[in-house]
Amino acid sequence: MGRLSVSLCGIELTNPVIPASGTFGYGYEFAELFDLDRLGTFSFKGTTALPRFGNPTPRIAEAPAGMLNAVGLQNPGVDKVIAEELPKLKKVFHKPVIANVSGFSIEEYAEVCAKLDKEEQVGWLEVNISCPNVHGGGMSFGTDPRAAAEVTKAVKAVTTKPVILKLTPNVSDIVSVAKACEEAGADAISLINTVLAMRIDLKTRRPVLANTTGGLSGPAVFPLALRMVWQVSQAVRVPVIGLGGVSGAEDVIEMMLAGASAVQVGAANLVDPLACIRIIDALPAVLDRMGVKNITEIIGGAHG
Amino acid sequence: MKQGVFTVGDNAPLSPRLKRLRLLGDSSAIARPGQFVSLALPGFFLRRPFSVCDWDASGFSIVYEQVGKGTDYMRSLRTGDRLDVLTGLGNGFDLSRAGNAPVLIGGGSGVSPMLGLARRLLTEGRSPRVILGFGTREDVALLEDFRLLGVCPTITTLDGSFGLRGLVTDALEELQPSFFYACGPEAMLRAVAECSACDGQMSFDARMGCGFGACMGCTRMTRSGPKRVCRDGPVFDRGEIVWED
Repeated sequence: MGRLSVSLCGIELTNPVIPASGTFGYGYEFAELFDLDRLGTFSFKGTTALPRFGNPTPRIAEAPAGMLNAVGLQNPGVDKVIAEELPKLKKVFHKPVIANVSGFSIEEYAEVCAKLDKEEQVGWLEVNISCPNVHGGGMSFGTDPRAAAEVTKAVKAVTTKPVILKLTPNVSDIVSVAKACEEAGADAISLINTVLAMRIDLKTRRPVLANTTGGLSGPAVFPLALRMVWQVSQAVRVPVIGLGGVSGAEDVIEMMLAGASAVQVGAANLVDPLACIRIIDALPAVLDRMGVKNITEIIGGAHG
Repeated sequence: MKQGVFTVGDNAPLSPRLKRLRLLGDSSAIARPGQFVSLALPGFFLRRPFSVCDWDASGFSIVYEQVGKGTDYMRSLRTGDRLDVLTGLGNGFDLSRAGNAPVLIGGGSGVSPMLGLARRLLTEGRSPRVILGFGTREDVALLEDFRLLGVCPTITTLDGSFGLRGLVTDALEELQPSFFYACGPEAMLRAVAECSACDGQMSFDARMGCGFGACMGCTRMTRSGPKRVCRDGPVFDRGEIVWED
């Protein structure tokens, strides 16, 4: 075990830096630039039961220190992901991967998870109950503790793999949602998904995004994400994966001090495809400066 | 795809609307005309994608119009400034389908990739004919650069103040090409596709997130399913395009 190693639900990661779902495709694009095996793992593009085109364009907008997206869960559907994407992914990444799952009904979550559960490459299931860009699913399960618990139970019933519930920040009480997931059997919690937001074009006087609203990500949301990781990690016993605006090694350390056992990197991958590698490479020097031998020592360290 | 730091060679106006930015550095990832680059601009989160106008071993050039805050910032770039750039993005034009005398059609800032394309077609011994469309006389750009290649473009302006009065399609109808390459506003591309009988390739613009295929921000529906403009394009075959109303 190296000094950057962490454990996530019993599976060891060589480092705590995980590319977040929706910002890393199925990995191939990045494999042109670096050896994906340098990552502990990554979370692949959100998967639904049926193919989805997603939202109309424009789906992307600039924001101060960040961006908005309203992609709307474009993906080829779980059967094609298993038949076409996972075999290709296996050629460029040789460790367990996180399968990110979305749905529009509890049955859909369970159906997709049951199929991905049979895939050897899948180490964890990350259940997205937090997408702000689709109607009638996604975030609506993550804003109600009872619905979040229902999804968790339904997924746990169809898989033996660790289940991570990915939460939305678009709630007044994130702790109650996290606790409901934990009580329903969640093995880990990841947070935060994007923050519901919008932009208006002064020339057209209309919303920039065709979907009107989108999810804000990038450094702009980092302090908000950190606060929620802090709150949730105090309230649950299962591991917390922190994400939201992480773009440097020091952000990773802050997230872990707040209580995160591992950290995902999202929007930063889109503007710097080498972001995760730069962060991993910079971590040892930050630990040296702090006088920390192994990164696991700092998890929750800010709670005193 | 390659990431690198480039130095601004110059940033000179081509017309009141368009400027050409030359960036010096490792251009080895640029393999075909019609590919694009994306610039990281200080103070802006998302990179900005631009078609490569032309390139050689010392670097590349792009042509841009000031349309927003990012391009407004770019107008202030000076010789010697340094920028982080992703190069070699997108598929680019397929030169093998050109035939002997393809027609290259550019509209507005979309004239940009036609220069690099014309140069490489000439190198391959083909005889490209070029149509460039603009609004009015003062908008006309890159004409001298094409002439230096030995190509004499047909210019169209909407108001007839320079060259032919009308649209690029008015000039295209007379040429009867066997293959075309086009880049410009979507309405122009659609008009080109509707008025020409021959096969061709078109380069599309899109609001992008990453520019290299990871975020699905710039997806466009085609006859062979959803395609990422940044990764599967920006050049698409005429027959693949689904026009949106």
